[in-house]
Amino acid sequence: MQIDLRTVSIKPQRQTYGHIERRFGDKPASRYQEGTFDLQPSANFHYRPTWDPDREIFDAARTALKMQDWYAFKDPRQYYYGAWTLARARQQDTAESNFDFVESRNLGALLPEDVRQLALDLLLPLRHVAWGANMNNASVCAYGYGTAITQPCMFHAMDNLAIAQYLTRIGLLLGDPGALATAKEHWLYAADWQGLRRVVEDSLVVQDWFELFIAQNLVLDGLVYPLFYKTLVEDALSLRGGTAVAMLTQFMTEWYAETAKWVDAQIKTACAESPENAALVRGWIAAWQSRALDALTPLAQRALGERAGAALDDLATQFAARVAKCGVPA
Amino acid sequence: MSKVFIALQTNDDTRPIIESILADNPHALPVESPAMVKIDAEGRLTVKRESISERIGREFDLQELHTHLISLSGHIDESDDEFTLHWND
Amino acid sequence: MDMQVPKKKLGLKERYTLMTRDLAWDTTYQPKEKVYPYADYEGIKIHDWDKWEDPFRLTMDAYWKYQAEKERKLYAIIDAYSQSNGHLGVTDARYLNAIKIFLTAVTPLEYMAHRGFAHVGRAFPGAGARVACQMQAIDEMRHAQTQIHSLSNYNKYYNGFHDAPHMFDRVWYLSVPKSFFDDAITAGPFEFIVSIGFSFEYVLTNLLFVPFVSGAAYNGDMGTMTFGFSAQSDEARHMTLGLECIKFILEQDPANLPIVQRWIDKWCWRGVRLLSIVAMMMDYMLPKRVMSWKEAWEIYFEENGGALFKDLARYGIKMPACAEQIRQEKEHLSHQVWSAFYNYSGATDFHTWMPTEEEMQWLSQKYPDTFDQHYRPRFEFWREQQQKGNRFYNKTLPMLCQTCQIPMLFTEPGDPTKICYRERDYKGSKYHFCSDHCQHIFDNEPEKYVQAWLPVHQIYQGNCFPEGSDPTAPGFDPLAAVLEHYRLNAGRDNGDFEGSEDQRNFEAWRGMAKRND
Repeated sequence: MQIDLRTVSIKPQRQTYGHIERRFGDKPASRYQEGTFDLQPSANFHYRPTWDPDREIFDAARTALKMQDWYAFKDPRQYYYGAWTLARARQQDTAESNFDFVESRNLGALLPEDVRQLALDLLLPLRHVAWGANMNNASVCAYGYGTAITQPCMFHAMDNLAIAQYLTRIGLLLGDPGALATAKEHWLYAADWQGLRRVVEDSLVVQDWFELFIAQNLVLDGLVYPLFYKTLVEDALSLRGGTAVAMLTQFMTEWYAETAKWVDAQIKTACAESPENAALVRGWIAAWQSRALDALTPLAQRALGERAGAALDDLATQFAARVAKCGVPA
Repeated sequence: MSKVFIALQTNDDTRPIIESILADNPHALPVESPAMVKIDAEGRLTVKRESISERIGREFDLQELHTHLISLSGHIDESDDEFTLHWND
Repeated sequence: MDMQVPKKKLGLKERYTLMTRDLAWDTTYQPKEKVYPYADYEGIKIHDWDKWEDPFRLTMDAYWKYQAEKERKLYAIIDAYSQSNGHLGVTDARYLNAIKIFLTAVTPLEYMAHRGFAHVGRAFPGAGARVACQMQAIDEMRHAQTQIHSLSNYNKYYNGFHDAPHMFDRVWYLSVPKSFFDDAITAGPFEFIVSIGFSFEYVLTNLLFVPFVSGAAYNGDMGTMTFGFSAQSDEARHMTLGLECIKFILEQDPANLPIVQRWIDKWCWRGVRLLSIVAMMMDYMLPKRVMSWKEAWEIYFEENGGALFKDLARYGIKMPACAEQIRQEKEHLSHQVWSAFYNYSGATDFHTWMPTEEEMQWLSQKYPDTFDQHYRPRFEFWREQQQKGNRFYNKTLPMLCQTCQIPMLFTEPGDPTKICYRERDYKGSKYHFCSDHCQHIFDNEPEKYVQAWLPVHQIYQGNCFPEGSDPTAPGFDPLAAVLEHYRLNAGRDNGDFEGSEDQRNFEAWRGMAKRND
């Protein structure tokens, strides 16, 4: 007998899982909530890691930051795997049509030579900066505490990889594999890149995962993205006939605008928790910010010439305003 | 010779893929289960982009296989045109 | 450079190299040992990470494209399935108990795999290996979440699905999967990849995700079929990664062989013990059965695993030492495990039952050499007792194996009438094991396994009662207190399926679907 199950109206016994109900009440929960909260095991671990024998597998003491509830670190974008993948696939579609547009109309060849060269010189070494960001976010996911913050960091790590891959494609579109090799040489040996490479390498050995989150996602990205993708590509190069470059970096610009909101929400949450946390956050920002700005100075000069000083001042002012808005004490 | 296998979901998208695999690998044997088919083959099994493209009337990208794949065994050799499973014995 | 000259198209491999490992560089401001601090201590020698062959070549743009397509399909089916009360279309509500085990025992492991692959995706000094591991890290998150989301609708109507993460950290039988993965993730990165990437993914997960999930489809559970097969579509990549890792490690240095062989031996056995619960799910919990555990075992372990080990023989790898014992156990495993869960059905988050006569006939036919002789009489006795109102519940806590943490329920190799016990003194304490293989694993790393959080010991030590309990108070009921600590509702979430709330509701709701009111 064919039965029509759709016509049955039955009352559910409960609206969501118990751990979600205890946090948000017995009402229908979002996929973000069910897929995120309390997912990480938190008690009765069987063995200590042989790679970190003083700690538990998941251990809140891997950062100096202290939280009553690590699930306070909510993601305003409410990304779980499906939501993140669908969002990125849409952005990827746009990026793909931008690449197609530039390639099919041969816009790369139409770029003024100095603009093309400057774009290659200054954007291609950022492949390696993004690669460092990938490692650091994988690190936060591996050693951080609580799915609410570790999950988006793994998504972020893959975004970082994607950005390194878009930059690679830019290199292949505006240049050739040789251009990538030259940029890597610069990254490794050219004097003006060494400051930034040193900061990136130093970040790779940071042990405190929340400090690493700040150093990478707030400070380094917070200075690198506005300087290169906004000031250099969107403003300076576009004025000089380089709009095609801005089309190729549209993913990075939009990605930065989106992810900065998530990063800020984490900083805000950490600082609002306690004055001790706020002081820690402030100290970490201060230390990494001054190093990053120093490292970016020679690159800003390459990119912007005599306007570099003013641009760096603007960058520092805007960054300070952003940090203040996150509730970081002055 | 050991057997390699590839298991695919059975749905409208995979029908031409399964047909192509069986046509290109006459020694392969399909074993049907609910919602899936497992294709066993002695030694080696090759999935050809060209054959699938012909059957579906558009260019098939071998990476699309991953959408329907359930499992496989053997070493993989992958190029733009062929996806091969084999054992080295 | 003349931009008018058409560019040479890069090959798949060349292009992928530029997209991944070419992004990496050898650090000079920080020493390698500080950037990759966990790479050396296991004794695995890697001379040249450039020899790493990428197991698949998926750049992020393609990854997003294909994964988004899978996710769109998957969630469309989940939505349709729950909107149309798809749960009422499963063959029988008994089936749902297998899915409860899935949510409490398997889903948390997907999460652990996510974190474990993030760890090795950072820890390996080789860039190609890191990228492959990172992709697996997000895939595993996908699996955990698609399972939680697919099963969310069952949780609304049926009991026992309600507190998986809490139970995973506490409930006695869930310490089996938990300790399995804790063991892997606390090992070094190379052992992790051999344990999970190779032994588990390549050799064993087929048994869960292929025949069991096909069985779910056969029983009308489109939700589980969809997440199961959709997860498997990633699994093909993961298996390839596992196989590449083994080949790479073995090709790098002959001194790696004995280490890897020891890990394969260990993790095959750990995995086989873990899968004993899947044996029971397949033979006893699917109302309609696709194939028996034994048949699945023969296809996916003996035939497929056999081909794999034959292939790896050129590196000197041998079939794991436990292969002979597991060949014998395939005849007994599901029956012994089901018996144990039937015994302890008062302390689980799912229901058990005695098979019907028709089901026993199927078991006799599938296990002609063992079922009628060793298990049918016991089951018939229990069924008789139940009919007389004496449904048997074992209230004595079992002795657990120090390594796999399964109660002592397995029999001696060669003698299915005798429970197998092994013991070992270590630093003044006595440790118990279910088998020679579990004892050998302990012997190799006693300092690790003495740390095990054994649920039974913990209950006896008073660590599994609700906060503020006073075990010395008159009338204190330890079992009730433990269940409360587990957040299990005694009688509602567990016990026999006959007469359970799940059974009554399912019948009533299905009845409503057949009526026209």
